[in-house]
Amino acid sequence: MQFSENWLRSLVDTGLDSQALSHALTMAGLEVEDMQSVAASFTLVVVGEVISAEKHPDADRLQVLKVNIGQAEPLQIVCGASNARVGLKAPCALVGAQLPEISIKQAKVRGIESFGMMCSSKELGITVEATGLLELAHNAVVGQDIREHLDLNDHLFTLKLTPNRSDCLSLIGIARDVAAITGARTQFVDIAAVSVESQQTKQVSVIEQAACPRYCGRLITGINAKVATPDWMAKRLERSGLRSISVVVDVTNYVLLELGQPMHAFDAAKLSGDISVRFAKAGESLNLLNDQTITLKADDLVIADEQGAVALAGIMGGKPTSVDDETTDIFLESAYFVPSVIAGKARRLGLSTDSSYRFERGVDFGNTRQALEYATTLIQKICGGQACAVTEVVGALPVRHSVTLRMARLVSVLGIAFEQVKVAQLLTQLGFAFTETNGEFTVTPPSYRFDIAIEEDLIEEIARLHGYDHIPATPPIASLNMLAAPEAQLHLNQLRNVLVSDGYQEVVTYSFVDESWERDLLGNPSPIKLKNPIASNLSVMRTSLWGGLLDTLTYNLNRKQDRAYLFEIGAVYYQKDASYHEVTRVAGLAYGSAKPEQWAVSGTDIDFFDIKAQVEALVGAEALFEKAEHSALHPGQSAQILLDGKVIGWLGKLHPKWQQHYSLPKGAYLFELDVAVLLNSTLVAYQEVSKFLPIRRDIAIVVDEDLAVGDVLTCVKAAQIPAILDVALFDLYQGKGVAENKKSLALSVLMHDTQKTLTDSDADTAIANLLQLLQVKFAAELRS
Amino acid sequence: MADLTHLIEEAEADFSNSSSMNDLEVAKAKYLGKSGSLTDALKGLGKLGAEERPAAGAAINIVKQAIEIALTARREAILNAEQVKQLAQESIDVTLPARAQSQGGLHPVTLTLKRVEELFHSIGFEVATGPEIETDFYNFTALNIPEDHPARAMHDTFYIDEANVLRTHTSPVQIRYMENALKTNKTPPLKIIAPGRVYRVDSDATHSPMFHQVEGLWVDEEISFANLKGVVQDFLQKFFERDDLTVRFRPSFFPFTEPSAEMDMSWNGGWLEIGGCGMVHPEVFKHVNIDSEKYRGFAFGLGVERLTMLRYGVNDLRHFFNNDLRFLSQFR
Repeated sequence: MQFSENWLRSLVDTGLDSQALSHALTMAGLEVEDMQSVAASFTLVVVGEVISAEKHPDADRLQVLKVNIGQAEPLQIVCGASNARVGLKAPCALVGAQLPEISIKQAKVRGIESFGMMCSSKELGITVEATGLLELAHNAVVGQDIREHLDLNDHLFTLKLTPNRSDCLSLIGIARDVAAITGARTQFVDIAAVSVESQQTKQVSVIEQAACPRYCGRLITGINAKVATPDWMAKRLERSGLRSISVVVDVTNYVLLELGQPMHAFDAAKLSGDISVRFAKAGESLNLLNDQTITLKADDLVIADEQGAVALAGIMGGKPTSVDDETTDIFLESAYFVPSVIAGKARRLGLSTDSSYRFERGVDFGNTRQALEYATTLIQKICGGQACAVTEVVGALPVRHSVTLRMARLVSVLGIAFEQVKVAQLLTQLGFAFTETNGEFTVTPPSYRFDIAIEEDLIEEIARLHGYDHIPATPPIASLNMLAAPEAQLHLNQLRNVLVSDGYQEVVTYSFVDESWERDLLGNPSPIKLKNPIASNLSVMRTSLWGGLLDTLTYNLNRKQDRAYLFEIGAVYYQKDASYHEVTRVAGLAYGSAKPEQWAVSGTDIDFFDIKAQVEALVGAEALFEKAEHSALHPGQSAQILLDGKVIGWLGKLHPKWQQHYSLPKGAYLFELDVAVLLNSTLVAYQEVSKFLPIRRDIAIVVDEDLAVGDVLTCVKAAQIPAILDVALFDLYQGKGVAENKKSLALSVLMHDTQKTLTDSDADTAIANLLQLLQVKFAAELRS
Repeated sequence: MADLTHLIEEAEADFSNSSSMNDLEVAKAKYLGKSGSLTDALKGLGKLGAEERPAAGAAINIVKQAIEIALTARREAILNAEQVKQLAQESIDVTLPARAQSQGGLHPVTLTLKRVEELFHSIGFEVATGPEIETDFYNFTALNIPEDHPARAMHDTFYIDEANVLRTHTSPVQIRYMENALKTNKTPPLKIIAPGRVYRVDSDATHSPMFHQVEGLWVDEEISFANLKGVVQDFLQKFFERDDLTVRFRPSFFPFTEPSAEMDMSWNGGWLEIGGCGMVHPEVFKHVNIDSEKYRGFAFGLGVERLTMLRYGVNDLRHFFNNDLRFLSQFR
């Protein structure tokens, strides 16, 4: 909502200066988003009239003017503007004037004395650009201060109104609130009914009374629609962000701004027969004022004549029945349409009009007829014409139910003491009718307030007028109870710490991604799509974090990084049947040398087993890795990660075709894991430490080269051979001394007994058992 | 019996001429070895008469002890010298760079969320979460924003379909948490914060289509608007480690709180908007079957990127999602 400060001040008498007014509005919930001077500050500029203009003897483009500024002697001024001519009235800056850019001194211009300067609107800081002098009206009073003449001591206020405050979508509404906030008095224009000069009317049948509880209309005949809109009105409209269009439209806009009542003027000659207010008929269409032709829907409320719809009620009028210069008779409408009927309709058509904006939030239904009278008065004053009788159709208007405000509740919600007389005073300032008994106020909100229905609404009003600034910051008093601290449930930050200590940098990437990442990289043909993505490359919800990590990698490689260890923790999104599911994942990407480049460590690149170690640091040693294929990964270097028999993630080298696609000079390694299972830990259960020392034996076995070593180690662990504590691989060998298609595994076997010292023969037995198991399961032979 | 004291000097000279342990052993043998001079002298004692023998023995012992002391001293000196030599050989350039490990780090948004969680945890707030693909009901309706309410236009919403959106704020977590509390017979006080990603159709230098919010909720029998201000101010002072920081409330409108306020924070002589807040609206309590006569609550929502930018002096929102390592690595 934009408006002129001076217009507001004409309606409420406040002693606050502009800055203080702005602050008071903001602190009362009418946030002043912007406040600008109409013109930059300047002094000593008056209306001047050019009474003679002669060519400068020594300069082609300059003229020597005599300018009347209402004093005995005219001023001699040298001027370069091409529109300077005899009879022109223009701003004249006197010697000593301080303009926004320059100060005016008496000077010789090419040898001729000049006693001032004629000004353009740019030089006065009114506009950014200008050509020539600012031409003033012929009736401008010579010598008058230009700020006064052009009403430049004004500010443009822009309020950022919240949707509940529809009552402040008008000058009188804002004035009322200023009065409520400051205790100032309002001084509204007295609106009297005009004298009716004809009983000529249009019948109005309101078929949808629930949607339109009040409809007022009247004919005004014999007007002159060609006259210019008066300056004062055009200026107010312009300073409130509305362009002057034509006098009748300007008057309706003026009333809209001042009273908040949207109005519409039809050219009566273009209407056929009487008026009805009804919902649109099937297939009915309407050509709107903005030249958009729409097909109406059954829930679109329309104003219709006998031919069909002529206006989209409360939103926009129709083009064929609109007022133009030739119009002499108008039918002026002022109505109340209920918010629920108008809400959403304009948006559906991609429109937002000043009218729909107000109706969908709530227009004062107590002021409908007054607004019509006011508009009639203004039209008659400017365009002449005869006012005909008003047709008013009234149905069931909204009822303002009384709302109770309990002092005790007020005090306990706000947390500050309040005196009852203060509350009564604030309610009075608000103009709310109320009674009070035993600390309970019964308040009836006025017709212009659509936001007072429950006690909290009143509490907010009281708090707002009292000033939120006067409510102290008080620490709560509450009982102290410790929070649960489940030790076996890890915090996400513990996972983060593991990765950070492994050298990974956390990143945050968008949850919506390029559809091609999903389709091609991840082989997901049907990701969840956004109906209104912000860009085509951010149009679907991710099912993996890898796309974002690869994107981040290329972003950084393009910025001369040659090594990147990245991770992200975030949701991925799936659709299952009709419902949506989100799973939190942790994913990592490693690229470049295993260690940062340095003098003490050779610069080998990261490989599968480096990243596997990092995954194991997250998952724990119980995880199993099974060879499996994934569209994003190298088929020979990728694995599914299983925990308790369930797949919880993937690990592998980026497929060479993707490496090429992303133009990566080296291979990238990726992993991704479900987070939930990683956070389930178990509480430590102490087991007795053996008093006896363990024994280590090393053996080497020969197995088929295709055999997965992981299977061997898992099998040994699962077998729980007595006395064997742990079996670990410490060497892997193929080559001389080992048959073709075979490999040698060197295993260290750690043995112990918790009850006695293990003897050599006990150890022999355990090793024999182990070898037998390996022989049976994997055809392993002891390497000689 | 000949005087043997000259042997002490001779031995001391021999010992100090020995520069290694081997030389020293040879020198030692000359005096204390099987055929060393002192050994010989001791053997000679047998030839002396009984009355002479004790005095002669004592004299030999005095010499022997002196030689042994000289030997031990020299032995230590040689050992020291050898150790010094070895240490010198083992010396390194301690100014060479350390064996470098990869440096990882957390995203600055995570750093802020960690701080927020820690601070609120310290006064008993638990962390609650909810889905990012949220139903229209939880994102709007249950928060007292019915369909076609103009407040919906305040949210530039990403739609998945008719009934589902990307949540525009973390406020739906309030509803889910309170509903769930009721189901599990948990009664107020309820104190949660709900951090997470939120989405708005808006993208320019100061808006990101995805950003983070943290929602706070405290429902209790005696909790007031003044307490809301108190908690928020306490949080901001602790978060920014500035006791002089104050919070200013400005009246505003959110359908799910009343009274509602915009929160401004004093900063460098001016005011900065840092979020919205208010007392939980009775309609919201009604949706989750909490008696608004008995209980009251406050809720607030803070912009996490905003807090992060102010905390670390970051001047461009876009840094958070570009993930330039030169930016991120500063937060280690």
